[in-house]
Amino acid sequence: MAETSLADAAAQVPMTDTTPLVEKKLVKFHIMSAALWFSIALLAGLFYSMQLLQQWPLPKIEVLSPGRIRMIHTNLIAFGFLTNSFLAMLYWTVPRLTGQRVASKTLGWIIWGAWNAIILATYIGLHMGEAQAVEWGETPVWVDPFVVVGAILVWIQLYTPIVRSREKSMYVSLWYFSAGFVWLGLTYIMGNFFPQYLVAGNAAGPLLGLYIHDLVGLWVTPMGWGMMYFFVPIILRKPIWSHALSLVGFWGLAFFYPLQGVHHFLGSPVPMFAQYSAVISTIAVEIVVVSVIINFFMTWRGSEGALQRSMPIRWFWLGAFCYAVTCLQCAFQVTLTFQQVIHFTDWVVAHAHLVMFGVFSFWTFGMIEHLWPKLTGNEWWSPSLRRWFFWLTAFGLGIMFVSLTAGGLVEGFMALNLTPRETILQSMRPFWLTRTLSGLSIIAGWSCLMVNMVATARAKRAVSHVDTEYSPFETVEDEEVSIGAV
Amino acid sequence: MERFSFIFLVAGLGFFTLAFMVSGWIPMLPVQDLEVRTVEQLAAKPPVTFVELGEQYPEAYAKAFPGMSSQEAFAEALKTGHKVYIGEACWHCHSQQIRPWGGDEARFGRRSFPEEYHNELNMPPLWGTRRIGPDLIRRGGKQSNDWHVAHFFNPPDVNPVSVMPSYPWFYEDDGLTPNKKGLSIIAYVQWLGSWIPNLDETVYEVPFLEETFPASTVAGPRRPVATEQDAAPEDGFDDEGDVWGDGGDAAGDAAGDAADGDDDFWGDP
Repeated sequence: MAETSLADAAAQVPMTDTTPLVEKKLVKFHIMSAALWFSIALLAGLFYSMQLLQQWPLPKIEVLSPGRIRMIHTNLIAFGFLTNSFLAMLYWTVPRLTGQRVASKTLGWIIWGAWNAIILATYIGLHMGEAQAVEWGETPVWVDPFVVVGAILVWIQLYTPIVRSREKSMYVSLWYFSAGFVWLGLTYIMGNFFPQYLVAGNAAGPLLGLYIHDLVGLWVTPMGWGMMYFFVPIILRKPIWSHALSLVGFWGLAFFYPLQGVHHFLGSPVPMFAQYSAVISTIAVEIVVVSVIINFFMTWRGSEGALQRSMPIRWFWLGAFCYAVTCLQCAFQVTLTFQQVIHFTDWVVAHAHLVMFGVFSFWTFGMIEHLWPKLTGNEWWSPSLRRWFFWLTAFGLGIMFVSLTAGGLVEGFMALNLTPRETILQSMRPFWLTRTLSGLSIIAGWSCLMVNMVATARAKRAVSHVDTEYSPFETVEDEEVSIGAV
Repeated sequence: MERFSFIFLVAGLGFFTLAFMVSGWIPMLPVQDLEVRTVEQLAAKPPVTFVELGEQYPEAYAKAFPGMSSQEAFAEALKTGHKVYIGEACWHCHSQQIRPWGGDEARFGRRSFPEEYHNELNMPPLWGTRRIGPDLIRRGGKQSNDWHVAHFFNPPDVNPVSVMPSYPWFYEDDGLTPNKKGLSIIAYVQWLGSWIPNLDETVYEVPFLEETFPASTVAGPRRPVATEQDAAPEDGFDDEGDVWGDGGDAAGDAAGDAADGDDDFWGDP
C-alpha cells in the first residue's frame, strides 16, 4: 500500500527537525484575505438591497450595474470569504489532527496566491459582465479551468498529511475533510462544464440544481462540520459527546446530500420521479443532521457557563441553533405544498442567508475569534468590541431572516391569489426596507471586528496572549498534538 | 471502515457518482433524443419585431450588424442579447420557467415543456430561482419594441413601482437610440417564446408538445415572421408548421413532409 510506504518515509524525518507543525503565517494571510473579500461582499449586498428600494446609490455606471453586484455578493461569500476561511482552518487543523505537516510551505503560498487571483479574476469578470449562468458559480468561463487546478493543488497539499498520518483511527473532522476536498473538485466540474458545453435545457437543469446544492452541501457543510467538531471540544476542553453519532452524521451526509439537487427546480420540466426522489432524500437528510445538532448540544451540556466566558463558543452555539432552525425549515419547505407558495420568493433568500451566514459564517467567526490572538500573539484589543460584533451581527441576521421570511410568505400568497405584480412590489417595500436596515446592523458589527482585528495585530494593548491550548514547541514527534488522544 | 482510502473511495467518489447517475444522468434519458438547436437554426426566420427594430433604428442597426443578412444579424443579436441577459443577472430576478402550480399557468400561460429549452441559448438553462419581475419564457411580443426601448432606459418611467435597474449603457449618448447591446437584448427578449405556436388550453395533461400538437392542429407561429423568403410563392400549408424554418432545404422539407405527413413541427434534422 502506498500509505504504508509514505508512513515509513515520514518516520524517517530526523528528530532534530524543528520546523513548526502549523504554518501560522499562512493561516493568518488566509484569514486576512477572507476578511477583505467579506467586507466587499457585505457592501455589495447592502447596495443590492437598496436597488429593491429604488435607491441605487451608484447610477449610470455600467461596471457597477446592480445585477452584477448581486452576483459579486454571492460569489465573494462562497469563494472569497468561506473558502479562504476554510483554507485557514485546514492549515491549522489538519496538521494537528494528523501529526504531519502539509505537503509544502511553498505550495501553500502558491495556493494562497492562486486562489485569491482566481477570486480577483471572478470579481473583475463579473464587473465586466462576463458571468456564467450557473447560480453560485457565476465565475466567468475563462476562470473555471483554473478553479479546477486550484482544487487539485489543495488535494496535493492537504491529502498528503492525511495519507501520511500514523494515527490508528481518523477523527471525524478528517472524515469530512477527506471527502470534502474531492467533492469540491467533482462538484465544480459537474456544475460549470457539463451544462455549459455538453448538455442543454432539461438535461442540464438537474445538474445546475446539483451544483447549487452540492457547493453548499458537499463543500461548505463538510468543512463547517469538521471545523465545529475540531474547535468546540478544544475550547470546552472535553471530548465530543459521541464519536459514533458523528460518524452517522458523516455517512448520512455523504449518501443523502448529493441526491437532492433537483429540489431547487421543483415545478420545472424535470421528470417528476427526479423531483420526488429529491424531496424524499431531503427529508431523509434532516434525520441525519439532527445527529450533529444533538452531538453539539450534548457536548456543550455541562459547560453552559462557556457561553458567557468564551466568545468563540457563543458563535458556535448560535450557529448550531441556526442550523437546527435551517434543517427544520428544509424538511418542510421542500414539500410541494410549501413550494407552491414560497418557491420564487424571498423566503428562499432568507433561508440562504440563514445557512450561509447564520451557520457557516458564524462558525467561521467563532474560529477567527479563537485563532486571532494565537496568530498575532496579542490578546484581543477590546473585549467590548467583541461583544458589539456578536450582538449587532446576531440582531441583524435575526431581523433579516424574519423580515425576508415574512415578506416571502406575503409575496407567495399574493402571487398565488393572482395579485397584480405592482401591488406585490408595493407590499414588499416595508420588508425590503427592514432588510436593508438589518444589513446596516451586520455591517456595523463587522466593522467592530475589523477595528478589533487590526488593533490586536498592531498590539495597541501590550498583553501577550499565552496559548494554553496548543504547545508552542509541538513538532511532528509530539503525540499530544493529536486530538485523537483527547 | 475508518481508513482514509475507504472514505475517499466510497463517500468521496462512490456516493458522488451514484448521486450523479441517479439525479443527473437518469433525468437526461427522457430528453436524450431531443435535438439541441443551434442559434443559427433559431435565427432562420427572424420575428417581425426584429425586422421592425432594423427599420426603426437603421443607423444603429447598420452599425451593430454591418453587412449581415437578416438571419445573420438576428443570430448575432440573440448571442449578444443572451450574453447581456446573463451578465446583467436578469435571470436572478426573472424566471424562465412556468410551473404547473402556484398560479403560474393563470399568469404566464401553459406550463413549460422540455422542448422550449433544447437550444444553445439554454446551455445552461436560465430557469432562475427568484421571481421579482415576471416570468419571461414566453414574454416575446407581449410588448412593443418602443415599450422595451423606454423600459430598459429607466423602468420606473414606465412602471413607477418597478424595482428593475435602469440600463443607460444600452443606448447611444443621446439616450434615445439603442446601441448594439440595447438592440440585442430587445431582440432576445422579444424572441423568447415568440416561435411557439398558440398553445391550446385543452391539452394540459400531455407532457410533450410533439405528441400534443400534430402539425395538422398547429396554426403556425403566434406572430407573423418576416424574411426575404416570405416573398417566395406559397407552396402549400406545410411551411406553416415549419416554425424552425430550415429555410435552406425546402426540398428536403417537402420530401420529409411527403414521407411522414404533416409531422414536421420540430423539423427534420
